[in-house]
Amino acid sequence: MSLRIVVTVKYVPDATGDRHFADDLTVDRDDVDGLLSELDEYAVEQALQISENSDDDVEVTVLTVGPEDAKDALRKALSMGADKAIHVEDDDLHGTDALGTSLVLAKAVEKAGYDLVISGMASTDGTMGVVPALLAERLGVPQVTLLSEVSVEGGTVKGRRDGDAASEQLEASLPAVVSVTDQSGEARYPSFKGIMAAKKKPVQSWDLSDLDLEAEEVGLEGAYTAVASASERPARTAGTIVKDEGEGGKQLAEFLAGQKFI
Amino acid sequence: MAEVLVYVDHVDGAVRKPTLELLTLARRIGSPVAVALGAGAADTAAVLGEHGAVKVLTHDASEYADYLVVPKVDALQAAVESVSPAAVLVPSSAEGKEIAARLALRIGSGIITDAIDIEAGDEGPVATQSVFAASFTTKSRVSKGIPVITVKPNSAAVEAAPADAAVEALAVSFSAQATGTKVTGRTPRESTGRPELTEAAIVVSGGRGVNGAENFAIIEALADSLGAAVGASRAAVDAGWYPHTNQVGQTGKSVSPQLYIASGISGAIQHRAGMQTSKTIVAINKDAEAPIFDLVDYGVVGDLFDVVPSLTEEIKTRKG
Ligand SMILES: Cc1cc2nc3c(=O)[nH]c(=O)nc-3n(C[C@H](O)[C@H](O)[C@H](O)COP(=O)(O)OP(=O)(O)OC[C@H]3O[C@@H](n4cnc5c(N)ncnc54)[C@H](O)[C@@H]3O)c2cc1C
Ligand SMILES: Nc1ncnc2c1ncn2[C@@H]1O[C@H](COP(=O)(O)O)[C@@H](O)[C@H]1O
Repeated sequence: MSLRIVVTVKYVPDATGDRHFADDLTVDRDDVDGLLSELDEYAVEQALQISENSDDDVEVTVLTVGPEDAKDALRKALSMGADKAIHVEDDDLHGTDALGTSLVLAKAVEKAGYDLVISGMASTDGTMGVVPALLAERLGVPQVTLLSEVSVEGGTVKGRRDGDAASEQLEASLPAVVSVTDQSGEARYPSFKGIMAAKKKPVQSWDLSDLDLEAEEVGLEGAYTAVASASERPARTAGTIVKDEGEGGKQLAEFLAGQKFI
Repeated sequence: MAEVLVYVDHVDGAVRKPTLELLTLARRIGSPVAVALGAGAADTAAVLGEHGAVKVLTHDASEYADYLVVPKVDALQAAVESVSPAAVLVPSSAEGKEIAARLALRIGSGIITDAIDIEAGDEGPVATQSVFAASFTTKSRVSKGIPVITVKPNSAAVEAAPADAAVEALAVSFSAQATGTKVTGRTPRESTGRPELTEAAIVVSGGRGVNGAENFAIIEALADSLGAAVGASRAAVDAGWYPHTNQVGQTGKSVSPQLYIASGISGAIQHRAGMQTSKTIVAINKDAEAPIFDLVDYGVVGDLFDVVPSLTEEIKTRKG
């Protein structure tokens, strides 16, 4: 038996950088360093663990849709231990929204061939957390999302989803789309050997025509939403800061009473 | 007036507060028609009617509890097809966003997630969002199809607006995908007796500075003196001091209370992402340079083991 896992990873602007918008109100990707979304490292980690714990012949492919620099994200995932990578890159992808991204990802995983797709819980820039559900809808396969624990055995994926009201045990047959949370277990650091090995691993590049997609279906033109304005949140007016000299608790209570919280 | 579908988040018929907030927003753009699914669906009608729902579409079937997400998408799609609404509003929980996204894809519509406000606009509803860890505010609209918008808790006031909510049965036929992901076990979360984190008017959070699970009693005592919910930073959660369900931030809950009190929390960008839209922010931290102080309305530089208990005492005294 063999198991083909495709991990979807996003290249995002560093959250600790000064993120902002470009003139066309898309996320500015030039002024802030990019990296593999930390939340997708958890997806790569779970794919590698499933591979390591399996008696089957497992192949882990990492897939990204993004600009030229997004190769860095693939390289990092390969150095963690993934086997090969696919980069979907096309100028017409600029400004693609979540619906469009899920379309491109669906076409790409179908072309690549898959038994299991593993995604992160959300991208650290868009933070929508909807692409895995959209991907499952498009592929017509079960959605087993937001797992804090995941395992695959004999064509079945099982996992635990910690929801607001309850913690649920889920189960579905493969093929399926899974997403994992940052509670699923720390992601490994690439080893020196892993970094060297990654340089020799194959990275395939596909554009829209490789996926039988038209420019109008994606990008700003294909977007289903329009951003009318983006304004920087005004800095909060400087608050009062006191040093506790024994009266700090009382002073704070006084402030809270003044604001009618007590 | 055009109808606006509101997806009802309820537990066995008890409607959760964010749904009532959605009714307030829905009334700005049309007349609210609620969709309640699963056990107790019909019991939601009274409270929904008190808050402006003109109609409540209900459907109960074991599929809603036994399978993940898709049965609810099937039902909401059936509701869209029967009502032809001007918009669909869904509470912005993890599940709510997944339901909304799949619905949007099926009906050929755009989706906006995590709105913090909605107004009527010339070309359809305009949604306000807070992005990049709340450092930017954007206004967007759905440009294709029936707008599907998920709304964060605490985005609008709950308002009484009595309407006569006629209960109607919704006809639902489940899709082939509905039974794809089986729920094989469910452990309900134990109630702490404190308010729900995302819905609370006051949130009291502790971080690495709390330095131990047992010390969270100090944070809980302060929370209880104010009738508040308890939150925690990821550092405190990762250390095993407090449950992950209470984590505030990018990968935890996003809260927007009237008052947020952070103790022993430095204010990393990922933490700020979940609390920066709080109305009043207070911090207690022994490091005067901690970034959390850039956000505060009132900050105390000091040891939380001194300041927090004395604050709790003072509050109790004042409340009598
Ligand atoms: C992808 C990603 C997602 C993340 N998601 C989240 C998230 O959802 N939520 C979240 O919180 N973090 C999140 N983080 C982690 C975040 O970056 C920080 O590491 C975390 O918020 C730090 O928690 P802290 O402020 O409690 O700890 P620290 O940064 O260690 O700060 C502890 C503070 O306590 C103060 N202190 C210590 N002792 C005392 C005392 N006795 N009295 C008063 N003050 C004291 C110190 O001065 C210090 O400022 C995420 C990180 C990543 C990469
Ligand atoms: N451009 C992209 N390329 C590859 N994977 C993506 C992309 N965008 C989103 N994803 C995947 O979808 C998950 C959720 O993203 P989102 O819905 O944007 O928050 C991420 O954690 C990724 O696994």
